[in-house]
Amino acid sequence: MGAIRLEKVKKTFGTLDVIPGVDLDINDGEFVVFVGPSGCGKSTLLRLIAGLEDVTDGKILINGTDVANEAPAKRGLSMVFQSYALYPHMTVYNNIAFGLKMAGESKEVIEEKVQSAAKILNLTDYLERRPGALSGGQRQRVAIGRAIVRNPAAFLFDEPLSNLDAALRVNMRLEITGLHQELKTTMIYVTHDQVEAMTMADKIVVLQAGRVEQVGKPMELYNNPTNKFVAGFIGSPKMNFLGGELAKKYDCHEIGIRPEHFAISTEKGEIPATVKIAEHLGAETYLHVEADGLGPMTVRATGEIPLGEHDKIFLTPEQDRIHRFDAQGLALAKS
Amino acid sequence: MSTRASTLTGRIMSAPSIIVLFLWMAVPLGMTIYFSFLRYNLLSPGMEEWIGTLNYEFFLTDPAFFASLTNTLLLVGSVLVITVVGGILLGLMLDQPIFGRGVLRLLVIAPFFIMPTVNALVWKNLLMDPVSGMFAWIASLFGLPAIDWFTNAPLTSIIIMVSWQWLPFAVLILLTALQSLDRDQKEAAQMDGAGPVAIFFYITLPHLSRAITVVVLIETIFLLTVFAEIFVTTGGGPGLATTNIAFLVYTQALLQFDVGGASAGGIVAVILANIVAIFLIRLIGKNLDK
Repeated sequence: MGAIRLEKVKKTFGTLDVIPGVDLDINDGEFVVFVGPSGCGKSTLLRLIAGLEDVTDGKILINGTDVANEAPAKRGLSMVFQSYALYPHMTVYNNIAFGLKMAGESKEVIEEKVQSAAKILNLTDYLERRPGALSGGQRQRVAIGRAIVRNPAAFLFDEPLSNLDAALRVNMRLEITGLHQELKTTMIYVTHDQVEAMTMADKIVVLQAGRVEQVGKPMELYNNPTNKFVAGFIGSPKMNFLGGELAKKYDCHEIGIRPEHFAISTEKGEIPATVKIAEHLGAETYLHVEADGLGPMTVRATGEIPLGEHDKIFLTPEQDRIHRFDAQGLALAKS
Repeated sequence: MSTRASTLTGRIMSAPSIIVLFLWMAVPLGMTIYFSFLRYNLLSPGMEEWIGTLNYEFFLTDPAFFASLTNTLLLVGSVLVITVVGGILLGLMLDQPIFGRGVLRLLVIAPFFIMPTVNALVWKNLLMDPVSGMFAWIASLFGLPAIDWFTNAPLTSIIIMVSWQWLPFAVLILLTALQSLDRDQKEAAQMDGAGPVAIFFYITLPHLSRAITVVVLIETIFLLTVFAEIFVTTGGGPGLATTNIAFLVYTQALLQFDVGGASAGGIVAVILANIVAIFLIRLIGKNLDK
């Protein structure tokens, strides 16, 4: 059981408002991802929930009780750190057992729980090693093992994959998602990588400058961003924002079209453009083009298309996929 | 510096300094060993003759030798315990964001820059003197009799002075080690439910083990040869109460003018220092391999 509710949570460092006031509901068993650019306060928010920072104001409710002034260990949460924060002088076994030992569990209980966690995470063969003798992925698993054994109300992950190489990151992403499906425990996951957010989350919380910009399911955020920031942050490559005459035609300040929502033609279309760079990836092709009178744009086409530098093309946006924004950057209803 | 030519050049270039350093070390050592097998007293010049190991027999069977060996070990051991424990406690304090930390750190480090002789004189005349010393004055405030430190607790007094001199070194090394402790580890332990005491014993202390090893090894080397503090204050007495090996060798050579006996004592001291060093490196030096 781990339902977490934040009520007007505020954090200031000196005169700096890092988090001006966040309200958020996290349901039991949900996989929630906090995502945002660096310095947006997502890690601070996680540390506030963990109890590693004191809240300036507001309430943090875990299963209905306010824990804002409780010690971290009393909150029943486990955290996986970006640096793993393994205890270097202890064996893997003792690393995982440390929390249980501190809780005063008996040797038999510790043995049983550590062994079962090690089995889930494929660490059984490494229990007698020290963290220094493990690879990055294995260290990551030990850190997760240390979190699992305490049977927490919720797991907190602070950018856990950013120290791994690209291939391993994809693997660990799947492992963590698998773990969530197996344990069905609430997880809060902080990342700056929107791909991780999109692939793992039940619910994404997009943060900017300490404010919650939008909360929703990944596809909701993709299809109906409430403002320009979310629209630009979610999705890769970034959404194209076009103003001027074209936007006027749609009766708004600016329109946003994702690179994948264009029809490409070499004969006719709404927006004439010249290809600057074509990136051929096989499964898809990214065209970086210069649209006449509109500036640079990115277009994504599936499969291979025989286009290259200086080719003239015509782009036609899919009409029902056009996002409209007003002068403040807020999304308007779809036309 | 990996080709054969560059390695050879390197050797040729560094040879002069290595040769000078080697001679600098080897000649005095060789002469000391040679003298230690002679009857060589400055009071009877020109009478030098080869007497084999007799100097060693006299030195090692001298009751003063065992007294000074015990004193040396007591001195080294006590100072090590005091400086390491005190160093950790002071280091922990100076690692906290307390008011005036910068100035405080400077003050704590300061004793290390004071000459041993000056240090000993300050302690002897200004602090521990039973008539005009600060400690006697403090005792009188409470109506207590003054303690005549160098008469009643001579070795303790030396230990206090030497500890005061070496505490800053321990603080300096241990504080830097404390500052390199990963904050995440402490936070992880906090999440795991460890209190401040548990964090100290399970996280901080193991992290400090290498630094403690360094402090113990380096201090041992210097503490085996403490001399100035003894010379200035007690002169090795009362009796033999504060005579360590270094001081005993000095009394042999310069008070009894027995160069042969002193040389034998010096060689014994070198051997003892090596035994201690090997023992220490075996015992704790493996910490450095991690």
